Amino acid sequence: MADTAPPSKSRDLDKLLLRPGNLVGPTFDPGVQLRDDLQEYARVLVVGAGGLGCELLKDLALSGFKNLEVIDMDRIEVTNLNRQFLFRLEDVGKPKAEVAAKRVMERISGVNIVPHFCRIEDKDIGFYNDFNIIALGLDSIEARSYINAVACSFLEYDSDDNPREETMKPMVDGGTEGFKGHARVIVPGVTPCFECTIWLFPPQVKFPLCTLAETPRNAAHCIEYAHLIKWDEAHSGKAFDPDNPDHMKWVYDEAVKRAELFGIPGVTYSLTQGVVKNIIPAIASTNAIISAACTLETLKIASGCSKTLSNYLTYNGVEGLHTKVTEFVKDKDCLVCGPGVLIELDTTVTLKKFINMLEEHPKLLMTKASITYHGKNLYMQAPPVLEEMTRSNLELPLYDLMDKIPKDVLHATGTIEKDNKKSSGLRKLRVVFKGVDGVIDMDMAGGA
Amino acid sequence: MIRLFKVKEKQRELAENANGGAPTKKQSPGELRLHKDISELNLPKSCAITFPNGNDNLMNFEVSIRPDEGYYFGGTFLFSFQVSPIYPHEAPKVKCKTKVYHPNIDLEGNVCLNILREDWKPVLNINTVIYGLYHLFTEPNYEDPLNHEAAAVLRDNPKMFESNVRRAMSGGYVGQNFFARCI
Repeated sequence: MADTAPPSKSRDLDKLLLRPGNLVGPTFDPGVQLRDDLQEYARVLVVGAGGLGCELLKDLALSGFKNLEVIDMDRIEVTNLNRQFLFRLEDVGKPKAEVAAKRVMERISGVNIVPHFCRIEDKDIGFYNDFNIIALGLDSIEARSYINAVACSFLEYDSDDNPREETMKPMVDGGTEGFKGHARVIVPGVTPCFECTIWLFPPQVKFPLCTLAETPRNAAHCIEYAHLIKWDEAHSGKAFDPDNPDHMKWVYDEAVKRAELFGIPGVTYSLTQGVVKNIIPAIASTNAIISAACTLETLKIASGCSKTLSNYLTYNGVEGLHTKVTEFVKDKDCLVCGPGVLIELDTTVTLKKFINMLEEHPKLLMTKASITYHGKNLYMQAPPVLEEMTRSNLELPLYDLMDKIPKDVLHATGTIEKDNKKSSGLRKLRVVFKGVDGVIDMDMAGGA
Repeated sequence: MIRLFKVKEKQRELAENANGGAPTKKQSPGELRLHKDISELNLPKSCAITFPNGNDNLMNFEVSIRPDEGYYFGGTFLFSFQVSPIYPHEAPKVKCKTKVYHPNIDLEGNVCLNILREDWKPVLNINTVIYGLYHLFTEPNYEDPLNHEAAAVLRDNPKMFESNVRRAMSGGYVGQNFFARCI
């Protein structure tokens, strides 16, 4: 009577994907088609192949995602081995992305993982556009800010300032630090993006230079003295490389000397690494928990099998276990994910005329505007040296200055008067040129 | 969202590069905020700013300060600014490029200014940093020293401090250290 066939590999997934429920997402369509589509069509990028990255690759592969790619610029180090379980002692020195991809593909049949051993900035923006969902296992504000800016750059708004769903690039961002972690869902245009909530971060701890130079009181002061002050004195010109063990050893030795001079205990090599590289010891369980949350959200976004967490989960396992989900709202003025102000123009409008138009635009009322486009400063009102350098652009058509692209985003900064109060403002502007079709490139290709 | 993914996949297969307007590199929010700070600069006559990398790379620039009063009157001091991509979350990195005899600036060019380190807040901007640097010359103080010999002289013998500063600015030795002319 009992079925002796082994349980299907997707037995658990089937419970989520093949039957309806009352907690499902709005467009959920249960069935075998959904499960197969997930395998065939969903493409997920995992950014980072470290503590979170290894867990994410395993979890995503086991959750039915068969098209994965992973990007990481680092090589495996011995200290990674306590938690980055895809790596072994003999892998030390090899690129993390490549070893991680290989190991997961060995253990899980059917999954295909393409590794990328490079910096995230080295990839074309188009590379990131090929993925449906991006899962982040990063370790710095700077890297998150970069990926967030890239993902949000794909977002387009319609003429009513509503985000267009087909241009949204969802991200699931995880982060861990010792016993604490977070997982958040970022859907550009809907939830707050990384930049919308960047003000939540507390300022970084920076000791006054004079404390380091004159009155150190603890081990960290001694280490930072060696790192920031003594290094330049002894190696003027040579940049300090935190990944070079000889440099790190030199800093450690100097820190020890300084600590002895002032009678301060506690300088160890691992504390030196921690202070200089801002490292906090990592444990496997936090990474596993946060990765599980991220993978579940990725599955929900792709399949619609449940409503996604909305939108920021924090986890704290220092004493007992505490977890909370907070719903942050997006910043409508966000420079990265916000709609900005839509401005429609003729291709003949000069930069000078454009700047004057901003004064009267009802949503802007901006005077003395300086304009920047894709890193190029088209016109700067100040300081005098830059004003001179950019003055010649004023007479040129804005369409030409924007490389004849039919529509794009630029930024304006100037004085905004509201309720009789003047303040300075920085605004995102969506410029659309009238009478120019999106097919202009194909035209040129045919005729040229 | 799986339906959208399927549609996208079909589009990908059909057209390799349908719209040549694929997004190119955008500016980081740090660069935008820096652009705002720079376009609003309101510097006194004693401070001047230059952009050695042209008008499109604002992340690295130089500021020269010519104090018009105090011990350092008449000297010209050059500072290099390096702004990070996550500005204003992180303070700009400032170093003094002119070797100067000053209690709060050491001989390697490190500057002890609170708003550059422990008191930096994202609401501050480049203008406030430049004013802070200017203030170091009009009111050097011996309480946060990076150069403790200079600080001690300022505290115990202001007249000698004054003559040391003048000798250093004109080009000469103070103790074992030689200072190039900057006046």
